[in-house]
Amino acid sequence: MKTQNNKAWLMVVPVLLLVALSAIIPLMTVVNYSVQDTFGNNEFFWVGTEWFQEILQSERFHNALLRTLLFSGLILAIEIPLGIAIALAMPRGGVWVSVCLVLMALPLLIPWNVVGTIWQVFGRVDIGLLGHGLASVGIDYNYTQNTFDAWATLIIMDVWHWTSLVVLLCYSGLVAIPEVFYQAARIDGASRWSVFRYIQLPKIKRVLLIAVLLRFMDSFMIYTEPFVVTGGGPGNATTFLSIDLVQMAVGQFDLGPAAAMSLIYFLVILLLCWVFYTVMTSHDNETHEGVHRAGGRP
Amino acid sequence: MNTSRRMQYLKAVSVSAYIVFLLLPIYWLLNMSFKNNQEILSTFTLWPTDFTLDNYITIFTDPSWYSGYINSLIYVLMNTVIAVSVALPAAYAFSRYRFVGDKHLFFWLLTNRMAPPAVFVLPFFQLYSAFGLIDTHIAVALAHCLFNVPLAVWILEGFMSGVPREIDETAYIDGYSFPRFFLRIFTSLISSGIGVAAFFCFMFSWVELLIARTLTVTDAKPISAVMTRTVSASGLDWGVLAAAGILTIIPGALVIYFVRNHIAKGFALGRV
Repeated sequence: MKTQNNKAWLMVVPVLLLVALSAIIPLMTVVNYSVQDTFGNNEFFWVGTEWFQEILQSERFHNALLRTLLFSGLILAIEIPLGIAIALAMPRGGVWVSVCLVLMALPLLIPWNVVGTIWQVFGRVDIGLLGHGLASVGIDYNYTQNTFDAWATLIIMDVWHWTSLVVLLCYSGLVAIPEVFYQAARIDGASRWSVFRYIQLPKIKRVLLIAVLLRFMDSFMIYTEPFVVTGGGPGNATTFLSIDLVQMAVGQFDLGPAAAMSLIYFLVILLLCWVFYTVMTSHDNETHEGVHRAGGRP
Repeated sequence: MNTSRRMQYLKAVSVSAYIVFLLLPIYWLLNMSFKNNQEILSTFTLWPTDFTLDNYITIFTDPSWYSGYINSLIYVLMNTVIAVSVALPAAYAFSRYRFVGDKHLFFWLLTNRMAPPAVFVLPFFQLYSAFGLIDTHIAVALAHCLFNVPLAVWILEGFMSGVPREIDETAYIDGYSFPRFFLRIFTSLISSGIGVAAFFCFMFSWVELLIARTLTVTDAKPISAVMTRTVSASGLDWGVLAAAGILTIIPGALVIYFVRNHIAKGFALGRV
């Protein structure tokens, strides 16, 4: 049981000061810009919600948002099942576990623009293994010209980059399951599927929630890798929200619209994270009730 | 028994296939880093026919290249130390006490992990310009605290909640003061938690480019930004680029190797 003690605030003060410096002040700057316009010379005047309306109605924002949503959706749909499957297939003990873990964690620690560079090189038709290989079996592949190829390259790159995180999380959840659960299942003559569905999946639910949330946030915020590989092209085909935002803020220096877009972007992430969290934990409660009901049956 | 044997076989094959898929692009980069530019562009070979270390020599002798690595390591280590040392007392407070607004504060901290770096680029630049900190290592280290401090608090809180409260109480009865208890006993109890938190701070600070690039000009420029600049300027020297990429993988690989046992344990215990 935790004790009530307001002096504990003192221990939180350093974190608060630091995060205030690196989060609250910048965020206030953004809020400040989002409701003002300027003609230069540091003269600002109030425009209210004008920028927000402009952004929310602009075709450009809608398209970027849809592309980002589609990207995150595809990423989750591929990486989560694949990650679970690999984690299930991992060896349970011995030297090979360390070897697998180290090799799998490797892509996670490569700087993001180097990840971009690796795939930019790997996919090139003239000097890349992937591009050259596909060309030599007669597939017309060019990620700088063809929209589908660009998307496929980015998705495979992200799967390459981040699936290991899902694997590591799920694996840690799986090794934490006590052996007695499996023994009980064997006595009941449970099939492999029901072992997975009723023992393994519920037990890794907590880490899986973390994996889904982290993967969602990071794929929704992705900037560096697509910027290096495709630069948002061909055309605007891979211009995700973050790329669009940086272009607007740093490239065109449209501070007001960029600030308004930043806030909307941030709110979308918060909202979707909350939805994921609520959906996944409410399902948790239902299965608990289900178990109780099943247990209560004569 | 036959089906389970086949199952084992299938598992081994799929895990191996996955690892091959992970290593193939890295292998290709490694392969390129040992070739000269002419060989890369003119012939297509699976291994270097004219093996050369020139690309690595270029990097280790040119200060504009190797200072990038030093800069990156300096701010990453600064960030890791700051984030973990600030997060330790806060995580203790969250795991042991109830206080006014604790849940809201914890959740608010986590929302900072969800803030897109792209949103913070411009305000960060203005903030650190105002303090005259642009192009210093500490500016990048502080800016990366935005996402690393919440993560460190989250991880450490999970580990600390795994340590029974009775240990704290026994220590106080034995006459330990709080700072002495915390530094002598408690930190050693959660050492693997500290290791995991430091690993994640190192990782996320090492791989970040957007903020690090914005806040630096020359003196503190990270290696990843040096790479992008050289790509656009010197007409694509693929060999040097590949060698530089390979060298950015090495620190990460070393860190993983040292914490490999903690990671498996840490994931299971903590809330990562």
